[in-house]
Amino acid sequence: MALPAATESGDVILDVRDLSKYYPVNQGFFSGKKALLHAVDNVTFQVKRGEVLGLVGESGCGKTTTGRLIVRLATPTSGRILIENTDVSEIKGQDMMEFRQKVQMIFQDPYESLDPRMTIFDIVAEPLNVNGIGTFEEREAQVEEMLNLVGLAPPSAFLFRFPHELSGGQRQRVAIARALVVRPSFVVADEPTSMLDVSIRTGIMKLMAQLRENLGISYLYITHDLAVARYLCDRIAVMYLGNIVELGDAEDIVKRPLHPYTKALISAVPVPDPAIERPAPNIKGGVSKPINPRPRCRFYDRCPESSSSCANAENPELKDVGDGHLVACHLL
Amino acid sequence: MNELAPTPGTGSASLTEPLWKIRWKLTRRSFAQSWEIFRESRIGMIGIILIIAFGIFGALWPIMINTVWDPMVYDPVVGFDPMSMHPSPPSAAHLLGTDPIGRDILAQLMYSTGREFLLGVLSAVITVVIGTTVGTAAAYYGGLIDTVFMRIADIILLFPFIPLLVVMGSMVKLSFLPFAVIMGVLGGFGGITIILKAQALSVSVRPYIDAARVAGGSDFHIIVSHIIPNVLPLSFLYMMFSVTSAILSEATLSFFGVLNIDMSWGMMIHTADVAGYLFDFARYWWLWAPSGLAITLFCAAFYMVGRGLDEVVNPRLRKR
Amino acid sequence: MDTLLRLEDLTMHYKTKAGWVQAIDGVSFSLNKGQSLGLVGESGCGKTSIAMSLMRLLPNNAKLVRGRVLFGGQDLYALSDEEIRKLRWKKIAMIFQAAMNSLNPVYSVGNQIIEAILTHEPETSEEEARERVKSLFELVGIPAERMGHYPHEYSGGMKQRAVIAMALACRPSLIIADEPTTALDVIVQDKILREIEDIRCKINMSMIYISHDVSVIAEVSDVVGVMYAGKLLELGPADDVFKKPRNPYTYSLMYAYPSILGEKHDLVTIPGEPPNLLAPPAGCRFHPRCDWATKECAKVEPVWHEIANGHYLACHNPIRTEAVKPCVEQVAATGNAQVAATGTVTEMHQVTAKGGDGNGASGSN
Repeated sequence: MALPAATESGDVILDVRDLSKYYPVNQGFFSGKKALLHAVDNVTFQVKRGEVLGLVGESGCGKTTTGRLIVRLATPTSGRILIENTDVSEIKGQDMMEFRQKVQMIFQDPYESLDPRMTIFDIVAEPLNVNGIGTFEEREAQVEEMLNLVGLAPPSAFLFRFPHELSGGQRQRVAIARALVVRPSFVVADEPTSMLDVSIRTGIMKLMAQLRENLGISYLYITHDLAVARYLCDRIAVMYLGNIVELGDAEDIVKRPLHPYTKALISAVPVPDPAIERPAPNIKGGVSKPINPRPRCRFYDRCPESSSSCANAENPELKDVGDGHLVACHLL
Repeated sequence: MNELAPTPGTGSASLTEPLWKIRWKLTRRSFAQSWEIFRESRIGMIGIILIIAFGIFGALWPIMINTVWDPMVYDPVVGFDPMSMHPSPPSAAHLLGTDPIGRDILAQLMYSTGREFLLGVLSAVITVVIGTTVGTAAAYYGGLIDTVFMRIADIILLFPFIPLLVVMGSMVKLSFLPFAVIMGVLGGFGGITIILKAQALSVSVRPYIDAARVAGGSDFHIIVSHIIPNVLPLSFLYMMFSVTSAILSEATLSFFGVLNIDMSWGMMIHTADVAGYLFDFARYWWLWAPSGLAITLFCAAFYMVGRGLDEVVNPRLRKR
Repeated sequence: MDTLLRLEDLTMHYKTKAGWVQAIDGVSFSLNKGQSLGLVGESGCGKTSIAMSLMRLLPNNAKLVRGRVLFGGQDLYALSDEEIRKLRWKKIAMIFQAAMNSLNPVYSVGNQIIEAILTHEPETSEEEARERVKSLFELVGIPAERMGHYPHEYSGGMKQRAVIAMALACRPSLIIADEPTTALDVIVQDKILREIEDIRCKINMSMIYISHDVSVIAEVSDVVGVMYAGKLLELGPADDVFKKPRNPYTYSLMYAYPSILGEKHDLVTIPGEPPNLLAPPAGCRFHPRCDWATKECAKVEPVWHEIANGHYLACHNPIRTEAVKPCVEQVAATGNAQVAATGTVTEMHQVTAKGGDGNGASGSN
């Protein structure tokens, strides 16, 4: 890939190199042909310590799969994931415990990510329990501190309640507390605000930003919403059908999008001001699935700017167009 | 941002009670909540009342035989009343009459009740323990384990076990406890596994299972603390239906006389049958009606409780 | 102007085991022919209940406490069941929240719509119906040759379009759209919003568009109504409301969400949680979460009154234009942005201002 090699210094916390995940799909009962869904295809990016990287794309673009690969909820088909210079796929036994304490995940749906039969105390204490951290008193103090930290105060009012007794926003705070209770250095956040109401959402977004500042956590923030990514992230990576098509500084991506897909994505976001009329994104067709994709630009069929040269060229690789702004497009 | 700074010193001060006490209270509260929902189900309440009535009825047996009744006359197996012709219709001495060999029907009915409870509950517990374990393991691990257990379930479901036991019964007569265990095991590896596996499968793809995995939970931890607790309510529901099926099987096999059981409701009808009184069943109604009714009501009671529990377990069935 | 729909003090409660849920409380507004009204609010604020009560599709435990719904001068709640059934689809059509799942998987999409037309207009011949579906498909942007395809052969966005076509099939004079794009990706959402707008202008249809997303509402409506906990807090021409939000809740909703255009601004947080409608707070229902609240707000319920032509408000301490500014400055001081107002136009996106089309005034008295 055209990416510069990661600096050998310790400031890169997550280093993803040529990561791919293919899923076999059935193409009919009798055909017997094996097709592969290229959910994540040759993805390379880094997250620096203390940084928030936004992974943005529409549903089915592979952003959630990427997140699951990083926390080892799925195993990659090929490629490497290095967290603090350790290869995630080679972790075994005792090191696994250490890995789980280093890397955590916050899930999308607060109504589904908490076990309905467990109390808040048991949910938040679970990572401590399964990893055998601390005595009971220490665990309890940790859980209470965490609940305070995520704004569920006083903790005693929440400890022995069940998830169904809490509102959506409170549940997501519990989920955040569970992820942070082992003091991870890296957190994958998979659309933690998309299921919440507007007035609740803002609180969670602010909480995520504050926790990052106070605890120095690095995030991979997965979202379909560029505006949210702009607010929370330092850098943004835009994914389309398993590929990263553009990566750069958040403000830079939003104000100076270079890839035709990013441009379309930005101009499709509605604005809360009837006086503004957005130009229609002139993007064609709908999202298909990357099943045995042709080896050319994945966006070719929908691209409003594609030229004849794109049709025969290979799938473009990310190239630096200055200031660490990477774009995968033949037209640049 | 200061409000978010870690606040040291918020130690365990807020836990004023020991943890087990809090958990016990929580369990009691959730039980009370479930009871509130269950109470609204009329069919479930009828079932509960019937079961309690049977319970009292069964509990009366030891009291009666030790105080009121003369064991020589009223023993359900070896008792004999020399004062009248047998079978005798209901009278003041024998409220439900006597059977062809002079034993008191009411005493037999009472004596059997406790044993039916034991048989039903024991085999249902075995069924549910096996069903839950096997179903959860099959759902979680999939692959070979899943295939093997599912084929066993298919075989048990398809194979006519009652006729087989009837045939086998002519060679080996099963006694009470082995029969309960066999019924439990057959039930556990049979249909219930498929149902509980489906439930475990739907639990095991929930995001909270992923969350437990990310937290570092082992397979064992995930199965024991997340999947089984979420499958258990359904297991409990099917336990009620298992009681019914165990009792019915026992009654059938006893009727054929292939079990080595001294007395049971099925046995009572069997006795009437072998003595030839069922050919004139209208005249000798007291020989079969009390035990027949007991079997029907007892099975219905557990079935009705199951239906009531269904509304607790499946919120979608609840009325507003 | 012709009034098509008028709600007068509509109040509707649900009976539950725990008591009466005050789902809609004293909602009044009117809608003119060809106008679009956007209802915005969070989940559980009563916006879907309003849609359902307009269709008279309320569940059995709902009770109309007081108020009237006048459609074309007719009180909907005075009609017989038979009459209301005739009105549904023909005059008032609805696009439901998860509408894409409402297509029957065993019939082709075209046949389902033909069937719907034939049921509601028995005088139409099948040939005419087929022709009409063809033109409807063109209108919503599905190629006519896909009429014979089955729902599973459609993508999510296409299904949503087919459902819109179905809602339009009987040329209703009012269409109620309840979050029709919530489950869709932004690019598809954008296309469908544009199509809905297009169609509405073409056939001069009125629309009530319900959404939790202020931005979407801003895109599709002439008149905006802001709902909170079963009550309307503010209603007025979209341009007015979004330029000068008077109710603190409207203001908070607008600035609670980050924007993609303009400078990065800090977000307004609304503390707390929406109230339980079994026992809503006394006075203004928003007062426990309102930074502007005074003692009066906790006691006296604000009166719904007209503050400017067609701009209605229920608030004791409306935000005055001067009051917005300090807040924005404060926002800018804490955040890392200099300007906090949205609508700051960047050349990058060639954003153009809409023509001054502020005649969406609606009167309700």
